[in-house]
Amino acid sequence: MASRRLWPALAAPGVAWLLLLFLVPFYAIAAVAFGGTDPLFNAPLPEWNPLHWQFGTMSEVISRATTGDLRPVFVRTFFYVAAAMALCYLIGYPVAYYVARLAGRRRGLLLALILAPWWINYLMRMLAWVNLLQDDGYVNDALLRLHLIPNPVHWLSGNQYSVVLGLAYGYVPFFIVPLYVTLDRIDGRLLEASRDLGHGMVRTFLHVTLPLSRQGLLTAVVITALPMFGDYYTNNMLSGSPTTTMVGNEIEFYLLGSSQKEVGAALVLVLSGLMLALMAYYLVSTHRASRQVS
Amino acid sequence: MRRARRRPRTWRRPWGLATVTWLYIAWSLLPVLIAIQFSFNAGRSRTAWQGFSFRWYWKDPISSVWNDPTLHLALTNSLRLAALTMVIATPLGVALALGLTRWRGRTATASNALMLLPLATPEIVMGSALYLVFTNLYTSIPLGRTAQLLGHVTFSVSYVVVIVRSRLLSIGPMYEEAAQDLGAAPLQAIRTILVPLLAPAVFASLLVVFAASIDDFVISAFLSVDASSVTVPIRLYSAVRQAPSPALNALATLMLLGTTVALLLAWAVLRLRRRTTGAGGRAGASSGALQDLATLDI
Repeated sequence: MASRRLWPALAAPGVAWLLLLFLVPFYAIAAVAFGGTDPLFNAPLPEWNPLHWQFGTMSEVISRATTGDLRPVFVRTFFYVAAAMALCYLIGYPVAYYVARLAGRRRGLLLALILAPWWINYLMRMLAWVNLLQDDGYVNDALLRLHLIPNPVHWLSGNQYSVVLGLAYGYVPFFIVPLYVTLDRIDGRLLEASRDLGHGMVRTFLHVTLPLSRQGLLTAVVITALPMFGDYYTNNMLSGSPTTTMVGNEIEFYLLGSSQKEVGAALVLVLSGLMLALMAYYLVSTHRASRQVS
Repeated sequence: MRRARRRPRTWRRPWGLATVTWLYIAWSLLPVLIAIQFSFNAGRSRTAWQGFSFRWYWKDPISSVWNDPTLHLALTNSLRLAALTMVIATPLGVALALGLTRWRGRTATASNALMLLPLATPEIVMGSALYLVFTNLYTSIPLGRTAQLLGHVTFSVSYVVVIVRSRLLSIGPMYEEAAQDLGAAPLQAIRTILVPLLAPAVFASLLVVFAASIDDFVISAFLSVDASSVTVPIRLYSAVRQAPSPALNALATLMLLGTTVALLLAWAVLRLRRRTTGAGGRAGASSGALQDLATLDI
């Protein structure tokens, strides 16, 4: 029958597109990372045959990342992301909880306001902070007037607090929304039951709400941590200094700003491996949770 | 909503949480509002207010958005890229969604996994991959606007599939089967029955793709080559370290205006649909439509 061939035929252009422009490019990272270099032009020589792959660049990058000059970069990336995630949680959870469960009549308005940063361009939001954090900007102005600082702070040249706060500011909207969706779905009767059984607000939160929102929390962490690990623009806009370099900055530098593209490609593979571990944990946990429900 | 109102009386009113929420909203939106304000600054400063003017939009003969050719080009590049991405990615994604929903078998499962992968791939990985493939394998396509378009379509197709497929699953196969029982050929059934039913999802896809493309920085930046392929986000990024003027704020404000109009349109259509179908009576049409918009991207 014709319809048996109709469905694959409809899918074919899209599948072909993704093969050529998603899967092949992904393979190109490996081909460059495990290829050689052309000594004459000082350019990478990609190796498309996996049987001829060389692992020299990769082992060099791994040893630099574990014991060499890239180690502080990886450590820093981890701590910046961890600190920004902690801020996201401390800010995002109360906001998501309030909007989902307690906002009452104002809920529509609040939802619109917490969604607003989604459609404001990320770089515009960073540009806004670049304006505010100038040496003579509003932030220093306010802090000086409140006598919290004696002299203007240089926020925009290698200040790690600016970078961490910038990351938290940039990604917290993406943290709040998945959490909001989960908290919104929690059955209110469960919370009432907890209250009827004599639990106060805090115990109800710790023993009912928090466990029930675990999956949403995990989604929020994955959605924000993955781009944060690869972020280089927040850092470049708010600091631009080698003292705050993250892995994303190194990737951008090696791929776009140097001739050692194979080092950049190897770094992308290392970073992808780390992210894949996070992703795998998420998928296993989601799978387990959905099995528990059914 | 009703649940919230039945909040047990024994618990205190959540003033603390309300304060945190409003403080958060102020923190997240005030910097942007101040940036918009400074786009109307009469002077060159981005830190001291010198009076209201449209200088940085069109009045300044050299460095306003209208008169500075580089800012002008960034705006047209962004809009053209988003429009072309929308026009290519949406039909590609709708066809893929139709195919993947009904097609069974091992190849179909693999294709489905392939479709989902871009959604889970961090931008920097996709950007690097596309950069390396265009510089090492597809060398007949130079970096620049064409490569950017191909890259944008690649990350947009999956959004379209996810949006259209959820609508397809809620429609179910009955209508189409009924059409075929009445003698319609499979393609005819799709054209006359499914496509009209899918219209809201297609419309939502168009807008989401447009917004995603205009918002993208990483893919555009990895695939841009020189001044000719600079988009608004690239321009905002690079100008911060050069010589920023309020014209940059004006450029960002104009782009924000564009996305706001697109999203208001999407919201109005979703609201209309909710009214006509009566779906989601719990939250009312307006905030229900908002909820649809919120869950669309996840």
